[in-house]
Amino acid sequence: MMMYRSLFPRDVLSELDRLQREMQQGLHLSPSIRGIARGGFPAMNVGGTAKSVEIYAFAPGIDPATLDVQIEKGVLTVAGERQIEQPGEKATVHIDERFAGRFRRVVTLPDDVDANAVEAKYRDGVLHISIGRKQDAQARRITIQ
Amino acid sequence: MSENTAVSKADTRDDAALQPPVDVIEDAAGITLYADLAGVAKDKLHLHVEGDALTIEGEIDLEMPEGMENSHAEVGLARYRRVFTLSKELDASKVGAEFKNGVLKLTIPKAEHAQPRKVQVRVL
Repeated sequence: MMMYRSLFPRDVLSELDRLQREMQQGLHLSPSIRGIARGGFPAMNVGGTAKSVEIYAFAPGIDPATLDVQIEKGVLTVAGERQIEQPGEKATVHIDERFAGRFRRVVTLPDDVDANAVEAKYRDGVLHISIGRKQDAQARRITIQ
Repeated sequence: MSENTAVSKADTRDDAALQPPVDVIEDAAGITLYADLAGVAKDKLHLHVEGDALTIEGEIDLEMPEGMENSHAEVGLARYRRVFTLSKELDASKVGAEFKNGVLKLTIPKAEHAQPRKVQVRVL
C-alpha cells in the first residue's frame, strides 16, 4: 500500500495544495479573483501576523530606485524592470535562465490592512513590504453587560 | 542496517535546496556565470571548487516578525544549491566572484595554454 501511494506523487501535490488553500483561508488572503499566479518574476512569499501582512518579493539585481510599489483599493502592485548585462558580440550563451525585462505582480490584500502603515525595504535582492493591520480590526474583548 | 538508512534519509532532507537560475556566457577569455540568489547575505554564500566540480551554495535569511505564518510561498526552501562541472581548459584557481543585491557574478578564465592562438602558416 505504501509503495502504491508513493508512486503517485500527484496525490501528495494535491494534498499540499489543499493544505495551502486552508492556510490561506485561515489568514483571509486567498479568496481572490486575481489569485496569486505562480512562476512569475519576482517570486513572492506572503505571510502574516495578527498585526501585519508581510510580503517578500525575490527580485535580485535590481536598482531599488527603479522599483514601483503601490497600494490602491486593497491591491498591492510591484513593478519594475530588470536589465541584464548583454553578452558581447563574440560571446556564446550556454545557459540563459535568468529573467530579463519588465515585470509586474499584483497581490490582493486582506480587508483590514492600513495602507498608511507600509514599510518597504530592499536587502540582498529581496523586497520586503510590511503592511500594518488596522487597529480596530484586531481582536477586541467584548464585555457583556 | 536500518540505522544507516535512517541517517541517509535525514541527509537527503537536509540537502533539499532550490536550484538558482543562472546565465552562462563564454568568450575568448573564459566563462562568466551569473546566478540569482535572492535573500542570501554575503556571509551566507559559499563557493567551492573540488576537483572539477564548482559548487554554489547559499542560505536564505529573511527578516520575519515573530509568529509569522506563511500563507503563500513560492520560495519554499531556505537554501540554494547548484553544482557545475568545469572542463579542463578552465583555470579553477583563478575564479573571480562578485556578489551584489542577490546576484552572483563568477568569472572563470581559461587556462593560459587554452587561450586561442593564431596559428602561423608558413609558405614554403
